[in-house]
Amino acid sequence: MCRIGAIKSNEYFHPAKTLELMRSQQKGHDNSGFAFVMQDLGGIFEPYKDLPVLSMACTDMGIRIAEDILHSAGFVRVMQWTPDINNTEKNLNISPMPNYVFEVFNYPKMYKYATQEEKEELLLDTRLKLRQALEDNDNGYVYSFWPDTLMLKEIGNPKDIGTYFNLNTPNNDFVSKIITVQCRQNTNYDIVRYAAHPFFLQGYTVLANGENTFYEKNKLFQKNLFKGYIGFESDSQCFLYTLHYINKILKWPLKYFKHVITPLEYEEILRREDREVLLRIKASLAHLEINGPNTIIGVNPDGTMFVTCDSKKLRPVVIGRDKNTVIITSEVCGINEVLPDRDTTEDIYPNERETVVIDNNLRIERWKQ
Amino acid sequence: METIDTTSISKSDLKWQIEHNQEKCTLCGRCAAVCTMGAIKADVQKRRKVVSCGDFPTPQVSETAVPVIKQIVTSSKNCVGCELCTKVCPNEAIRPVFNEQNRMNVKYRALNAESPKRGGRTNLHTEGRTLDKIKIGRISQMTDPSLDAMRHTFELLAPFGRVLPPENLPFSVDEKGDLKINKKIPSTRWIYPIIIGDMSIGALSPRLWEAICIAVAYLNEVHHLPIRMCTGEGGVPEKLLKSKYLKYMILQIASGHFGWNRIINSMPEMVEDPAGILIKIGQGAKPGDGGLLLSKKVEKHIQEIRGVPKSDLLSPPNHQGLYSIEESVQKMFLSMNAAFKFKVPVAIKVAASVTSVSVYNNLLRDPYDIVGGFFLDGIAGGTGAAHETSLDHTGHPIVSRLRDCYNAAVHQGKQGQIPLWAAGGLGMNGNLAADAFKMICLGANGVFTGRLMLQIAGCLGNDFGKCNACNTGLCPAGLTTQHPILMKRLDIDKVAQNIVNYFLATHTELKKLMAPIGNSTLPVGRSDALITVDKNVAERLGIQHVC
Repeated sequence: MCRIGAIKSNEYFHPAKTLELMRSQQKGHDNSGFAFVMQDLGGIFEPYKDLPVLSMACTDMGIRIAEDILHSAGFVRVMQWTPDINNTEKNLNISPMPNYVFEVFNYPKMYKYATQEEKEELLLDTRLKLRQALEDNDNGYVYSFWPDTLMLKEIGNPKDIGTYFNLNTPNNDFVSKIITVQCRQNTNYDIVRYAAHPFFLQGYTVLANGENTFYEKNKLFQKNLFKGYIGFESDSQCFLYTLHYINKILKWPLKYFKHVITPLEYEEILRREDREVLLRIKASLAHLEINGPNTIIGVNPDGTMFVTCDSKKLRPVVIGRDKNTVIITSEVCGINEVLPDRDTTEDIYPNERETVVIDNNLRIERWKQ
Repeated sequence: METIDTTSISKSDLKWQIEHNQEKCTLCGRCAAVCTMGAIKADVQKRRKVVSCGDFPTPQVSETAVPVIKQIVTSSKNCVGCELCTKVCPNEAIRPVFNEQNRMNVKYRALNAESPKRGGRTNLHTEGRTLDKIKIGRISQMTDPSLDAMRHTFELLAPFGRVLPPENLPFSVDEKGDLKINKKIPSTRWIYPIIIGDMSIGALSPRLWEAICIAVAYLNEVHHLPIRMCTGEGGVPEKLLKSKYLKYMILQIASGHFGWNRIINSMPEMVEDPAGILIKIGQGAKPGDGGLLLSKKVEKHIQEIRGVPKSDLLSPPNHQGLYSIEESVQKMFLSMNAAFKFKVPVAIKVAASVTSVSVYNNLLRDPYDIVGGFFLDGIAGGTGAAHETSLDHTGHPIVSRLRDCYNAAVHQGKQGQIPLWAAGGLGMNGNLAADAFKMICLGANGVFTGRLMLQIAGCLGNDFGKCNACNTGLCPAGLTTQHPILMKRLDIDKVAQNIVNYFLATHTELKKLMAPIGNSTLPVGRSDALITVDKNVAERLGIQHVC
């Protein structure tokens, strides 16, 4: 089973904090990888909030292929940052790629007057193109190409990955206000970098634990819905695509995500005022239902963070907070490490019918389905 | 030498031969009285005995007459092997024995210039049942927890009615962030994933039909299992049409339109809408044929409810005036939807065929959002009467066809939008839950069952040539007869109770199948849960091959 975590703060913080969060939960994961998504970036990325950032791990050939594609599409690089690799330590349990690329680009000139939707479409198309081009000969992995977002997925022991990327020592350059994190690869199946949580698409981030028993149903329905719904290397990617579909494509408010993935029982719906709507959702989106043990943490493009569970609450999750930070994670020991002085009586253990939502003022709302 | 006539019928030609043990027989006459076929009679036979006593041959002939039970041999009406004679005999003195060497297939046709007709289902078993080759092999073991069938809650419901694509739902977001419906949308009902269907009054005796109705009402009202029953095309009692129990009934309209006059006349007085309308185009047991009710069964009460004179009632193979799928959607669906003000789902039933996917593809593109279900009936389905050649040699197995239809919907990205219901031999091995569950994993939203209800009600026949006399009006169990005395052999309350019991057992079994794969709602299309040791089945259905 995975252990997952998410930290949202009103101050910028370094990914070192996420390592701290996950280290004490290591009995619950298997130290097979480390992956995180940083959103609402600070430090050296802060001046470029509106510009797309490319997160990529690749070979030298991969860099050349990607640059050719980006340049021919009209993207112009404005900033590049490379993690400070620690080559001195030997015997680290990590399978690194030759290059880690975090680059900020200007949109092509012809997009000067483009709408937000047109830009979003371009970024998605470009990422898909890059991904496909790099897949040949295993030339690299394109994790994200989106404004104000960084992503890293690595195979190995999280502690060693932290050492390799110098993530154990906080600094003010590589920081953000939201980080979602997982310390495990998809060890049920082949180790594939794309299969590690968190998953990201057009500003939406999702990470989950547990098995998606309706994976086949979800996947077969989703693969026809939107061009960005690809890969399916992990059964949990389906949760991301459902969130994206509900909120971005159908433009339904976030609260309906819960009604789609774990619809209320028929008898219960009949007792509600909104029964007509809920019954329609239950019927029309039956193939996006989930029916296994899952906790799902999500981040929306506006920075709203949330967590919700399967209809029987078969996986753990806890939310702890202090004045400046809210943490959602699988086990409370993780929060105890990061926020030892918080008021633990305010910790929240969500139930199976809740969506717990944290807004950008760190206000926590508990929505009953 | 005298000519020996081997062309006419003799006992050795018959499918069933009566073995009568005269020594055990008490001549009570119950066997002859109970035999609805008139296949046996009390008779007297001559016995001639020659004995010789003394030192020299002095043959003495003694002739006696002994009473026997004699099998009657005719070219058309003979013992059907129902074994009711055995059942009523106090001394086990009589029993029918199947004659493997029978020649009836040739004799019947040669002597009567007629195609043999019977009820039941296909009796040709040239291949094993596909569903028996499939197991539920994806068990939740540590990746996720199995559920507890006795303690967790489960929801066993299937949609019946048009399900709109999510992007077509007429929703808008109000100022409070709630979704609101802007305009009327087609009706979708949530019902139990097993429908009892669709056997008419006429095919069944009114007493059996009533027993099923009682069972359905009881399952709904007392056990809260929303099981629906399809009326078949044979009219509906007026009292039922005007009662609150109409909500459990799916009214059928088939090519003969029998009983629809009464249904339409009752509409102003209906206090509930029916559960749905099922347009029958075809039937798995006799695809390409219309309904067939021989005049022997068209008794007075059937004439009354169907509004017909006493004669063979042959429904046409087609709905007259419908020439294409598109036209049927426009004409028939629209008029049926309009009749009930678009509040009642309208579905269509066809016999499984090589063409099923084309039909389903077409319906999925239904531009009016009025097709509320696609019912697919396979070759192993039952019937009250059909030409044997149709029963045994026409039709299409249900499993791969259902799977193909589901896959076609997936290909279009429209799975679940026109609910798929499958039938045709489900529960043939007595376990409906296992068959239903596997069909659901292969993509069915639900299944329907008919023949099995007769077996629960005490049918004496089987799928190996036993009885199958549903067409004759002489059903020995009183199930498929309109004869006022024979009908009374059926105990309405007991039959209703057995059907209720069977469904309660099935409900438990469905949960026992859902729990190990970790699901509390129906795993529609979850073919990853299925495995098979048969490579051909695995390849054809796209499920995991194991050994």
